[in-house]
Amino acid sequence: MTDSVLTIASEVRSGTRTAAATIRASLDAIAARDDELHAFLYVDDLGARAAAIVVDAAVEAGRDPGPLAGVPVALKDNLCVRGVATTCGSKILDGWKPPYTATVIERLVAAGAIPIGKTNLDEFAMGSSTENSAFGPSRNPHDPSKVPGGSSGGSAVAVAAGYVPVALGSDTGGSIRQPAAFCGLVGYKPTYGHVSRYGLVAFSSSLDQIGPFTNTVADAALISTVICGHDPADSTSLADGYPDLLGALDRGVSGLRVGLCSDLLNGADEEIVAKVRAAAQVLAAAGAEIIDIAIPELRLGLSAYYLLAPAEASSNLARYDGVRFGLRVEREDVAAMNVATRTAGFGAEVKRRIMLGTYALSAGYYDAYYGQAQKTRRLITNALNAAYTSVDVLLGATTPTTAFGFGDKVADPMSMYLSDLFTIPTNLAGHPALSVPFGVGATGMPIGVQILAPGRRDDLLFQVGAVLENGAPA
Amino acid sequence: MSTRHPLTSAEVLQVAGLARLELSEEEVETFTAQLGSILAHADDIASLDLGGLQPMAHPFDIENVFRPDTVTPTLERDELLSQAPAVERNRFKVGRILGEAP
Repeated sequence: MTDSVLTIASEVRSGTRTAAATIRASLDAIAARDDELHAFLYVDDLGARAAAIVVDAAVEAGRDPGPLAGVPVALKDNLCVRGVATTCGSKILDGWKPPYTATVIERLVAAGAIPIGKTNLDEFAMGSSTENSAFGPSRNPHDPSKVPGGSSGGSAVAVAAGYVPVALGSDTGGSIRQPAAFCGLVGYKPTYGHVSRYGLVAFSSSLDQIGPFTNTVADAALISTVICGHDPADSTSLADGYPDLLGALDRGVSGLRVGLCSDLLNGADEEIVAKVRAAAQVLAAAGAEIIDIAIPELRLGLSAYYLLAPAEASSNLARYDGVRFGLRVEREDVAAMNVATRTAGFGAEVKRRIMLGTYALSAGYYDAYYGQAQKTRRLITNALNAAYTSVDVLLGATTPTTAFGFGDKVADPMSMYLSDLFTIPTNLAGHPALSVPFGVGATGMPIGVQILAPGRRDDLLFQVGAVLENGAPA
Repeated sequence: MSTRHPLTSAEVLQVAGLARLELSEEEVETFTAQLGSILAHADDIASLDLGGLQPMAHPFDIENVFRPDTVTPTLERDELLSQAPAVERNRFKVGRILGEAP
């Protein structure tokens, strides 16, 4: 499906196309290619068709079907839909059907969008390739021998393969932006607190944020306008101060100060550095002022993140104990049942992170690891905020490399973690960032450039992103 | 600040116990090497002097969040219990909790 969210919604609203036909086309595309690409863990064929009939009936009756009328949307399978199996890519949630629906999905459905299925992910969103999914990896539509990135890899594939014009993912350390870059899509990680996390299965609660994958910057703005906003069900949801994303699209970049950040470039492949520099030239030609800037503190993000996120995960994942939902491996007493259940239910990467987090939080190591990582988080946030006194936004690479091959980084977790080098700092600071596709590398794989903005200034991302999109290599 | 020493397999076993995980001998070996290399990478922050900085637990300074004390719908009990591996008389059912005295 190459039509944009904007096009589909406006045509369904005006009656020049039906939601039913749109959903049918989407389901046909999935049926044709998803055995190979494995974007979806579950396709809600009947539910989507039924929802389409409701939208078409509203249009026919002259009722407003909503700003996203008839738009098929794919959902990362860590987002809960009441009564629909949610796996998080893990065997430990085998058979679990959530008793409530995530706020983002309620909002999308209220706007007329139609959830079409749940997408594959690294188990509990821990990974950068979907190779950690208990149900097998997804494949990159640009080259099925390459990973799509992760953890929201299935959502990226669903859009890049043309099944749907939009998918939701979650971004804890780059899990939207990295697969967006690998698959040639726009990927947006909003300011922490802009999108309700109610109904998102928790990985690292102080870092997790939901956001969209789309083909265009305008579509990302439109979807985000629907899903952003205060939610009383998420106590970390911000009460006010949401910027106008759609209004930012036509603002241009004249006079904008863009920091070309060496610490978001060093370590990236040469062809990626070249694309980021070309992106800077596009912005300069549009009237932006390009300022070279170094923020060496950003290099410390990886270490801080890989202590903080596992620490929070080790606490969040303590709930999978075989008592109230999901898998249970029966044993005589409860403690042995807990151990047997968790040992059978979790995959290697999840175990690795739970143990790492448990270690970082344990007596004797708390100050040296967890405490020191929390202070480093402050150091990085202060450094970013200081940079934003001399520049309005930062520009850099989204990823150090283009999409890699299956198995390339599985044996050495540290090499996998390095994929997140440039995306992690914004999560630590709670700031927003946008990855925009900007041409391809030597092997034809997509390259993404990343824009970073201060907290709550998500509008700047869309202002810059729209200009980059126009100037991107064909 | 750094109190690091190479991670030992005994420590990995202890942490696995705290995390309610059981590891095979082979897993102990693999995880000891992998976790050791991740912790070694963290040496770059372990040696920093960050004494003057407040630990940061959260992106924004959030105070306690309250709501009016009004009755609102809650999740359905039967729906929640329907997800449990075992239930008895509207309660989650588990095996024995108290073991034999050691």
